[in-house]
Amino acid sequence: MAKYSTNEFKAGLKIMLDADPCAIIENEFIKPGKGQAFNRVKIRNLKNGRVIERTFKSGESVEGADVMDIEVQYLYNDGEFWHFMEPETFEQYQADSNAVSEVVKWLKEQDICTMTLWNSSPLSVTPPNFVELAVAETDPGLKGDTSGGGGKPATMESGAVVRVPLFIQIGEMIRIDTRTGDYVSRVKE
Amino acid sequence: MLENWQPACDFQHLRYRAKMLKIIRLFFEQRAVLEVETPLLCSATGTDPQLDFFSSFFHCAPKNKEMFLQTSPEFAMKRLLAAGSGSIFQICKAFRNAEVGRFHNPEFSILEWYRIDFTLEQLMDEVAELIIELSGASEQAVYKVSYKEVFEQITGLNPLLFCQESYAEYALKNDIKDAILLCGDNHSMWLDFIFSYKVQPALEGKFLCMVHGYPAIQSSLARINEDNPAVADRFEVFIKGIEIGNGFFELSDVNEQEKRFDQENESRRKQELSLVEKDHLFLDALRFGLPDCSGIALGLDRLLMVLSNAQSLNDVIAFPFERA
Repeated sequence: MAKYSTNEFKAGLKIMLDADPCAIIENEFIKPGKGQAFNRVKIRNLKNGRVIERTFKSGESVEGADVMDIEVQYLYNDGEFWHFMEPETFEQYQADSNAVSEVVKWLKEQDICTMTLWNSSPLSVTPPNFVELAVAETDPGLKGDTSGGGGKPATMESGAVVRVPLFIQIGEMIRIDTRTGDYVSRVKE
Repeated sequence: MLENWQPACDFQHLRYRAKMLKIIRLFFEQRAVLEVETPLLCSATGTDPQLDFFSSFFHCAPKNKEMFLQTSPEFAMKRLLAAGSGSIFQICKAFRNAEVGRFHNPEFSILEWYRIDFTLEQLMDEVAELIIELSGASEQAVYKVSYKEVFEQITGLNPLLFCQESYAEYALKNDIKDAILLCGDNHSMWLDFIFSYKVQPALEGKFLCMVHGYPAIQSSLARINEDNPAVADRFEVFIKGIEIGNGFFELSDVNEQEKRFDQENESRRKQELSLVEKDHLFLDALRFGLPDCSGIALGLDRLLMVLSNAQSLNDVIAFPFERA
């Protein structure tokens, strides 16, 4: 893999740090007029999502990480692995629970997700920004209440718990923003 | 979204800049300091291993030679001083390679001036007067402190006496543990690290802060203090914690100057940087005799940025690096 000098650091660049693949979020160049230059870098560890800050001496080089994003369709979960397929090539990938733990509650069969590969194996999965899921369980709604004020918790078919308006009933399909976990709307059949 | 052909900054900042330049010129005219120009394209450059320069090639046989874009007008202005120009100032561009960021643009504007027979103290006062004139701040907003005092106050460490162990312990306890590996036993790098990460942010609350008496190992082109050889007659100007400039009681001893060039070249060699030929015209001028003087360079783009409360140099430069 290529090496990158601090001069090439910019948001989005993938580098190896402490043997983990990481993505640069922010790079600040710090230099006293007469003195040593540093790069203060905010980095997300792509394995655990944690954000850390690191300082490099300007001009230092670090190893790049072989990380890429692909679009995949979610197929099924066999109890241990989550299976995905690249629709164009029919190439299949199996992701372990580390890669999907955060997003498993949004996964719905046949949905198109973004998968991040590191050295060609799945590192993480990002669900679509909006998913449509059926309500599996919720308190009986109050008929006629369409104000949406207050709301109540509802459990989706995938296990996610979302705050929904009072009028939402079991079995209804709703649209959810996966980035915030917020209810967006009812889905008309 | 602005397209790349368009200026990055708004017209308000172009007007601020024009006004700033006018005030500066008037300020020096009132003090009988002469405005001068020196070459941007020079036959020699500085040896400072921390400054990466741009070089170019002049093609016209038989005078083919490598030329350098100046990293500052210091050497040429000192040649004028040695020749008897009296106090002078210059507003010009300077170029530093591999420096780009919120506070750095590889091409930037400098205001540099030299005052014959001024002590460092007098020059600090003049800097304060200029900043007050430009900003409309009151005299109470000016704060002077020694490097040792401010460093000790904030970190509890003695900047003049290197103790790797206590520096490392401080780094561990204060969330800058990267410094331990990066700086190792390099005292000067430790000072740069701690000052940039801990001391400077603590100066953000002060409008104009002048830190004087830099450690002798960071003397740059300043004289070593006569009474205390542990410090150099050098100060830095900070506005709201952002470094704006460096002032020196100028080194005039040609042998000392040549020694520093050699030391810097030696450290370039160790860092596997290209060696730099010493500027002989500058050394000849020192040999002839530089009058006692104090001088300072201020970064005008940064000054404009802090005075107009902008967040980035891109907000005050019409065509910064990415659009140049």
